[in-house]
Amino acid sequence: MQMDQSTVDPREITKFEAISAEWWDPNGKFKPLHMLNPCRLDYITAQIAAEFDRDLTAPSPFSGLRLLDVGCGGGLLSEPMSRLGADVVGADAAEGNIPVAQVHAQQSGLSIDYRHITAEALAEQGELFDIVLNMEVIEHVADPQVFLNACKTLLKPGGLLICSTLNRTPRSFAAAIVGAEYIMRWLPKGTHEWSKFITPEELFGLLSAAGVDPVDRKGFVFNPFTWGWSLSDRDLAVNYVTTSINSAG
Amino acid sequence: MNFDSDILIVGGGLNGPILAVALAKAGHKVTVIDALKEEVRLDAEFDGRSYAVALTSCRLLEGIGLWNSIAEHAQPILQINVTDGRAGEGPSPFFMHFDHSEIEEGPMGHMIQDRHLRAALLDLMSATRGCTHLSGCTVTDQIADMSGVTVTLSDGRSLRGRVLVGADGRESGTAARAGIRRTGWGYGQTALVCAINHAKPHEGTAHQFFMPPGPLAILPLPGNQSSIVWSETASQAQAIHAMSDADYLDVLRPRFGSFLGEISLAGKRFTYPLSLSLANHLVADRVTLVGDAAHGLHPIAGQGLNAGMRDIAALAEVLTDGARRGEDIGSAQVLSRYESWRRFDNTALAVATDTFNRLFSNDNPLLRISRNIGMGMINAMPRMRRGFIREAAGLTGNLPRLMQNQPL
Repeated sequence: MQMDQSTVDPREITKFEAISAEWWDPNGKFKPLHMLNPCRLDYITAQIAAEFDRDLTAPSPFSGLRLLDVGCGGGLLSEPMSRLGADVVGADAAEGNIPVAQVHAQQSGLSIDYRHITAEALAEQGELFDIVLNMEVIEHVADPQVFLNACKTLLKPGGLLICSTLNRTPRSFAAAIVGAEYIMRWLPKGTHEWSKFITPEELFGLLSAAGVDPVDRKGFVFNPFTWGWSLSDRDLAVNYVTTSINSAG
Repeated sequence: MNFDSDILIVGGGLNGPILAVALAKAGHKVTVIDALKEEVRLDAEFDGRSYAVALTSCRLLEGIGLWNSIAEHAQPILQINVTDGRAGEGPSPFFMHFDHSEIEEGPMGHMIQDRHLRAALLDLMSATRGCTHLSGCTVTDQIADMSGVTVTLSDGRSLRGRVLVGADGRESGTAARAGIRRTGWGYGQTALVCAINHAKPHEGTAHQFFMPPGPLAILPLPGNQSSIVWSETASQAQAIHAMSDADYLDVLRPRFGSFLGEISLAGKRFTYPLSLSLANHLVADRVTLVGDAAHGLHPIAGQGLNAGMRDIAALAEVLTDGARRGEDIGSAQVLSRYESWRRFDNTALAVATDTFNRLFSNDNPLLRISRNIGMGMINAMPRMRRGFIREAAGLTGNLPRLMQNQPL
């Protein structure tokens, strides 16, 4: 196994292992993300497979593709992408997440390049990727346009930008703020600021202004009867996801 | 970190090999660890049971490429007759009759002898890429860690996989080593099983006679032959089993009735003690269970094999979808999806077969009257009748893709 562990202080590893166990507990603090994850992964894998003509039934279908996971957290998306053969860089602005994600990747036998860095700083370094994921990130950044401009700079010509966030609708207020934070207590109160949520039209506008072509949008819909998430062509009222192509190069 | 296989399966009966082939065909690397030697599995006298393979289970067997090689030995079940009765009295006037022509999908299922399934499965495993079959060795130890599970074999070898599947029956060592406890009880009944030749054709009809000591099922095999599953109290069964063939037939005749003409034995006689044995969980760290290891049922409705086939189709789908998303297929995230898919169905089936057996395996006059009226009512109501037919065919519930004629 090849793993760069140089940035992890060995004395801290036990602590990071505990936090990483928390990140990866399907019934723990990050339960909502775990519930949403299969649905997000279905969308991401299908978009990448379609754009780069890969067969998801073959082993390592994403090999040769360089992928950036912005806001990687504990690695819930980075690890699956790495397992599918992609060369993954996981970036997170929260320094504490990096060793946590590194510890888990090592335990899982995966080689992922986790870095404490912002998308803007990576763009300045001139790094280039086939795919940039920013999933459930843009509603937390200070200036969405500056952030998306950086994502565009990070893309190779023909690269894919997959971006998901929360719509600003009465239903998203009810679901994401009242439901998830106050009733279900899935998320700590104050996790989200409803006024920072972005409508699909606004996001398409920001993406176009950044210089990428938005080509697809789908809703992530929670079904309280099956207690699971599914993709929807029509219902983008709460969580939704978009794909854009860097066609200009 | 090297894995010998993605998936290690303990148990070389029917469930283990069928799951192995389904997974290998979907691109996983699979190893089956079978306690028995291949010669034992190939011996036609090894297991005398026949199985009622429900329509949806047939679809799974077609999907993995097994059906073609066994189709010639399979007898379609076109009708099912359920009757309450006492030995020598003939069937009661109250009965239920289910005919496959009432549903659009075709025969409710097929009867097939275990020996044909076994032989065909061994061939299929060796012909399937990515599927390794180790026979004549057992697991002595298993250890799960963050990225995989390591098993130690009786011959000293060790194997590493991402997930370990226990398909090792009611006394599953895989479940026990994973700390999964079981709930269950014996029924005090033993099933006498054999194949019977009869003078008249069975017309593809399966019969279930409910008699006080236990049910007698007469299940059609190809030609003028039927398989019987004859449940008696354990002591009675032991006495009957000890009899000569001629005496055995003398005891059977008044129960069997004369509607198929003169009867004779078509092979060896077998006995199987009946019990209920449910695993309290289907999943532990990097371990999951299918078939009798998950739920050993009373054979009263012929659902044991079919419940296992549903486990297999569901687990193969969950693991394959997980792998194609890049998820860790041995993780709690992935395995819990299988557990929540199968848990309810399995428990409901266990309760239903247990209740059926309690309701029917007695001579209480009040229960006799109420079950006769109940059967008469169900039989008179087409909607209820079709419901039972669809249930017998396995067409109810949230069906996995392999049971809908779809690839993984």
